[in-house]
Amino acid sequence: MTESQNPRRLPLFALLAGVVVVVVVAVLLQRDGEAPDVAEQNTLHRGIGSDPDTLDAHKTNALQSFTVLNDLGEGLMADDRHGALIPGVAESHVVSEDGLRYTFKLREDARWSNGDPVTAGDFAYAYRRLADPATAALYVDSVTAIANAKAIIAGELEPDSLGVTAIDPLTLEISLEQPTPYFLALLVHPSMHPIHESSVKAHGDAFARPGNLVTNGAYRLTGLRPGAIVELERNDYYWDNANTAIDRVHYHVLPEPMSEYNRFRSGELHITDSVPTDIFEQVREDFPDELKVATSFTIYYYGYNVIRPPFKDSPELRQALSMAIDRDVLVEKITRRGEQPAYSWVPPGIEGYESAQLSFAGLSQQERTEQARRLYQAAGYGEDNPLEVELRYNTSDTHQRIALAIQAMWREALGFEATLINEEFRVLLANMQAREVTQVFRSSWKGAYVDAHSFLTAFESDSPSNLAGWVSEEYDDLMQRAATQTDPGMRSRYLEEAERLLLIEQPLIPLYFYVSKHLVSTEVAGWADNALDRHHSRYLSLPGVAGGG
Amino acid sequence: MLRFALGRLLAAIPTLLFVVLLAFTLVRIAPGGPFDAERGLPPEVEANIAEAYHLDEPLPKQFFRYLGGVLRGDFGPSFRYRNYSVTEIIADSFPTSLLLGGLAMLLALVIGLGAGVLAALRPNTFTDRAVMAVAMTGISIPIFVVAPLLVLLFAVSLGWLPAGWTAQGGGRLVLPVLALALPQVAYLARISRASLLDVLGSDYVRTARAQGLTTAAILRVHALKPALIPVLSYLGPAVAAVLTGSVVVEQVFGIPGLGRHFVTGALNRDYTLVMGLVILYAALIILLNLLVDILYGVLDPRVRTQ
Repeated sequence: MTESQNPRRLPLFALLAGVVVVVVVAVLLQRDGEAPDVAEQNTLHRGIGSDPDTLDAHKTNALQSFTVLNDLGEGLMADDRHGALIPGVAESHVVSEDGLRYTFKLREDARWSNGDPVTAGDFAYAYRRLADPATAALYVDSVTAIANAKAIIAGELEPDSLGVTAIDPLTLEISLEQPTPYFLALLVHPSMHPIHESSVKAHGDAFARPGNLVTNGAYRLTGLRPGAIVELERNDYYWDNANTAIDRVHYHVLPEPMSEYNRFRSGELHITDSVPTDIFEQVREDFPDELKVATSFTIYYYGYNVIRPPFKDSPELRQALSMAIDRDVLVEKITRRGEQPAYSWVPPGIEGYESAQLSFAGLSQQERTEQARRLYQAAGYGEDNPLEVELRYNTSDTHQRIALAIQAMWREALGFEATLINEEFRVLLANMQAREVTQVFRSSWKGAYVDAHSFLTAFESDSPSNLAGWVSEEYDDLMQRAATQTDPGMRSRYLEEAERLLLIEQPLIPLYFYVSKHLVSTEVAGWADNALDRHHSRYLSLPGVAGGG
Repeated sequence: MLRFALGRLLAAIPTLLFVVLLAFTLVRIAPGGPFDAERGLPPEVEANIAEAYHLDEPLPKQFFRYLGGVLRGDFGPSFRYRNYSVTEIIADSFPTSLLLGGLAMLLALVIGLGAGVLAALRPNTFTDRAVMAVAMTGISIPIFVVAPLLVLLFAVSLGWLPAGWTAQGGGRLVLPVLALALPQVAYLARISRASLLDVLGSDYVRTARAQGLTTAAILRVHALKPALIPVLSYLGPAVAAVLTGSVVVEQVFGIPGLGRHFVTGALNRDYTLVMGLVILYAALIILLNLLVDILYGVLDPRVRTQ
């Protein structure tokens, strides 16, 4: 190598430096002359946590997908900003006397986002597709109320035999398996929205992608980038379009609450999906007007595996452990966001339903602890023979702190040392469902509709969500009686009786009812807290923005 | 050289096959599945899903089905993003990671090497100590601290730059690139300082100096090239790490890059996406190591003649 070659290589670095400078300058310059700020565009920016897996309403069970689909589509029934049931695509309906047949009259001006009219056939097609085993749908809870749905899902009947009939383009008749008093509420769920048949035929599975997806709600899908953003724009064909205030909605995928919080603080988001737990007090102080905390239709509980020792056949032991937990300490010292301690399985606040309570709900914690000790000893445990038990929870700061507190309460009150095991979420799910290694496990349950049934159904013997493995013929019988009962008062009594039984047998420890937590910019109007934590974009507005009010 | 490169590429094929097998096994023995949720699925629904996604077949059959797809260039549909194929997701996110990582590496090279050379030329002076102190800080503070601090300062307090990728307006690249580059700057400064000091102390540099060459000329002609060899060894893995996306930076700024997809894919048991990314990572690392080996030859004549 001669010296004369060398100097020619050095400019390489000068070149690199040049490139960097140019790029950095270009990027910085890009800032000017770009799209104007958030507020000027009448675009609502919402955080959504993790992203929707698919916008095919039949192939998802992710809450995030349902949130977006609630903006995109509309079922026969809809819910208002407070979560109350209102007419959706169906402007009226008639129920037969036995509660088994519903006849819906569709509104004439309902349109798809491509201008096609929304017909009864679109609903019939959607419901059949949802039940069809070939669809392999994930969320079938709503459709199973319709006649023959269960048999179709199991492959025993053809999808055509589902109890839905499009009598004419604007009349839909639905036959049910059993009178289902909450049936109308089921129709709100995105899995029960209509599906645009010809775009499924044309695009196959890709029908749910931007550019292909045709929807019938207040918005249509204009863009989606996995892991980043979902973009919606006003659907001009929507029948109630005149009352939609916001032109565009951007859902930003931000699974990390702290990152989301920073985006909110820098003015890039109007609404957050969550609030960071560890700095909650600070957030409350800094954003008193923006912080929205509301009781949510969700319970935080510990389940017992009742098909294996030590909790098999020992309701006394189960009760002892439950009694020894001071729920007030959990919500006042640990979670501290206004959660309500839980002494029942069904959350309070359901009209016409009087939730049963755990037998010891009225006692002071001291009395509970004393009784718990007696029960613990009666079950054969004591100082020389302490209970050996494993408590499993999924990895998370809050779950860990709660588990540590409960471990300490048990140690204090009953004198045994529970082994804490934290597992990655899906590992815990697999273990809970297998019911082989679990003893005590953390879980939660969110009601899909405001009815006691949406909670109580989780403990029916054949429920896949019955993680405790609890089987009670009496309970199943009460649930079945409630299902066939058309008198709402009688039905509630059966459900209350079922819950009472559940709380006597105690395959679970109710701990507290969740609260929903959001930061909502003061620029946003129309926000209303509700138990199901649904906040459709069409009810919101940005009054400070031209065209947004 | 060409023959050397081709030989290495051929040797990479069994490595890649082994990686595919290993990834498949590891992903599938992890407990839990892509469709698990707290709201359990009725058994008949579970059966329908298993059939639709071929999860009911014996694992070897699934493996060969997958391998067959990969050989045809088809990485299958994502289990999580069910309307998208893994190829589409990678095609969408790789350029993002590439742009970020490329810019960060470039920035790190320029500042890191510059600082390293500066420090080496004035060993044990204030400049040297200052540069090394900054570098040490850069190495010690992890990205997951630096990145949020950058956001707090430039986005929340000063409001100069957006805090996230999906924000409207430009400038969204600046903070992530900076956060990604900082630790690399520090490493590169330290490595280049050490190796340049070494070279500057050698006999032939002293001879050059005795001959009356200026410092600039010595650097340019004699010292810089050999001093770069250790830097190069470091660059191979560093470039691979940075280009394939930083999980932390992508998470903090909400950037849809490879690193983020890899982590969420693993958490969601998105079998096909995770495997697609593993194969991509493996291929990239093999390629970059090969590139580094070739560059050794350019910088060091002794390697070339072997």
